Amino acid sequence: MDGFRIPLGQWIEAVVDVLGDTLGWLFDAIANVLGVVYESLEWLLQTPPFWVIIALLAALAWWAKGGKLAVGTALGLLVIVGVDQWDAAMDTLALVLVASAIAIAISIPVGIWAARDDRVSRVVRPVLDFLQTMPAFVYLIPAIIFFGVGAVPGMIATILFALAPGVRLTELGIRGVDAEVVEAGHAFGATPGRILRQIQLPLALPSIMAGVNQVIMLSLSMVVIAGMVGAGGLGGEIVRAIGRINVGLGFEAGISVVILAMMLDRITSALGRDGHARRVSKARTARDAQDAAGAVSRIPTAA
Amino acid sequence: MRAAVAGPAEVKHVSSVPAVEAKNLFKVFGRNPKDAVRRLSAGQSRAEVTDSGTAAVIDASFRVEPGEIFVVMGLSGSGKSTIIRMLNGLLPPTAGEVLVNGRNVTTASSSELRDIRRTSVSMVFQHFALLPHLTVLDNAAYALEIQGVGKAERRRRAREILEKVGLGDRAEAMPDELSGGMRQRVGLARALTAGSDILLMDEAFSALDPLIRREMQEQLVELQRELGRTIIFITHDLNEAMFLGDRIAVMRDGRIVQNGTPEEILTDPANDYVAQFVQDVDRARVLTASAVMEPPTLTTPVSAGVRGALRVLRSQQAGAVFAIENRRLVGVVIDRAVIRAVKSGQGDLRQIVDTTVATVGPDDLLVDIVERAVEAAVPLAVVDENRRLLGVIPRVTLLAALGNVPAVTREMPVIQSPIDMVAQFTPLLDEMSGVTATPVAAMAEGGVR
Repeated sequence: MDGFRIPLGQWIEAVVDVLGDTLGWLFDAIANVLGVVYESLEWLLQTPPFWVIIALLAALAWWAKGGKLAVGTALGLLVIVGVDQWDAAMDTLALVLVASAIAIAISIPVGIWAARDDRVSRVVRPVLDFLQTMPAFVYLIPAIIFFGVGAVPGMIATILFALAPGVRLTELGIRGVDAEVVEAGHAFGATPGRILRQIQLPLALPSIMAGVNQVIMLSLSMVVIAGMVGAGGLGGEIVRAIGRINVGLGFEAGISVVILAMMLDRITSALGRDGHARRVSKARTARDAQDAAGAVSRIPTAA
Repeated sequence: MRAAVAGPAEVKHVSSVPAVEAKNLFKVFGRNPKDAVRRLSAGQSRAEVTDSGTAAVIDASFRVEPGEIFVVMGLSGSGKSTIIRMLNGLLPPTAGEVLVNGRNVTTASSSELRDIRRTSVSMVFQHFALLPHLTVLDNAAYALEIQGVGKAERRRRAREILEKVGLGDRAEAMPDELSGGMRQRVGLARALTAGSDILLMDEAFSALDPLIRREMQEQLVELQRELGRTIIFITHDLNEAMFLGDRIAVMRDGRIVQNGTPEEILTDPANDYVAQFVQDVDRARVLTASAVMEPPTLTTPVSAGVRGALRVLRSQQAGAVFAIENRRLVGVVIDRAVIRAVKSGQGDLRQIVDTTVATVGPDDLLVDIVERAVEAAVPLAVVDENRRLLGVIPRVTLLAALGNVPAVTREMPVIQSPIDMVAQFTPLLDEMSGVTATPVAAMAEGGVR
């Protein structure tokens, strides 16, 4: 083994150098756009008094699921205010929302494509494995090279890390749609686009929403790592606490992350069960009631 | 039922392009389908070509005429579901072609194929395949939505069809709220609303429980009679096939082993497989009078008079004889009446004919004539609408047909226990003809049988 070494690292460096030289303008553009979007959202969340934001999020929770979640959301956010992490939490929320939105915007179309084409699926799968298992810190290095320090490289790393479940669950959901129903679409002469819109996406929605939920959760788990490259927010607070060995600050910022995570998880998973699933459970109840009413359901043959 | 279905179908036969025509269809799944087709065409069996692929359908050809219910019947794995999916292009055949109303499905571009599916062929699925997120009404209107019909119009038409299938009051329900039978009615309504003249039904009633299934079968026949659609029905249930089908194609291991009317399949199975298959069929619901009737040998023309009748009775050792005029059935004459007439010197047969004889039509199902056969003292007479005598069904023939035993009734022409012929007839005949016949001669004649 003496002297033999695969110069994989050097190759990657070379690739990164070439990318930096040739596509620098593109990365700059991406950095600018992401930066602007992030800052706008951050401004939107931080400008109004905290109770306005809390009221809005509680209302969202109410709409998505109900009163209990609304109360829980409000109480949780008040705790964040109470431990003086509100501004950092809003920074983090903005970062998570932007990164998740972009990850979802990429992963759902890719998932659809993979579901419709086995070859795409075969190519995408190992790429997803790579993205999901490569230690997240590793993305930070080229991200810093391409995008400098701040929220943007944090978001890029977050997006790459969070893509996989969105793609996987979208593909799984669409492939899991009852083949006979899709066949029915074909048999009545529907175009593939219409079948996607009217049959596959609506029926795969619970699975796709589970993917969205996972994307958001993974994004949140990246905030600390993003904090290391100067993304600020709760991640920045935690990094600061590590530097000062400040248990109290670390815990306060940490519990704020937990509260945000629980809130986002409950709201998005409630949205996933919305529509189809909710209507089904309602239908079940109705049918049970009908069965209980006896054999009224038997209809006369002579139509 | 069958007669009513056959009526309009036969009229259409005369014109035209078949509704669906399959020419030498092959479907092979696997590594080298073309090679498998070549070898199958050269006469190799399905088992011999497994290294090239799995042959689901082998050299299937058939025509379905407009207005017909054509049933493809076979056990699971016989290739019937594959065949039906090739008819509307859901599966492309490996070889051969499919014509729908004269249009080639096999070579159609994807947009042509969509057009054929929108305008000519619709499909009903085994597990209903309703869109769970749409109401019953919108499900029924789905095909029209694809055709680009406006919302109000398509809902109006869907509501009409839902009324027809007995679901008018459940239009706003979600599919989950319905029972299986109701859901399949929605599936049927969706296919009917499409307005296409060909209906593909893939095991459409197999997922329903037996009572509902029978109800649906009856309703389908009724709808077909009313709407005159061409129906291609896939099933593994022979009784269902026999009940619905104007013609049945029996499939085994990818091949069509017999293609014929239900009666042909039942009475003249092409091979042991079909014969074994039809063993358990409820024959009374399939066989018609004309399929089991026997040639009317016990007849006498009215013009032959009482003497003619007596001669037949005597020579056939029978207790009754059908009286015929211009090949039309007048009635039945029994031996006692003949003897009474002879004794009283009456010569005109018309005076003693019992015209209330039980008759059945040639298309009557056995199940419907059993009761009459039990009540009647003489064999049932099968007559057409002009009362022409087509044949007779002695009770023993009926029983033989229902029990699926070969009917060897030729040697037993006795249709009613005759009264003592020798004692009663011989002296009478002697009297009439004025010739002295010895008892020995009479006995010898009786022994001819």
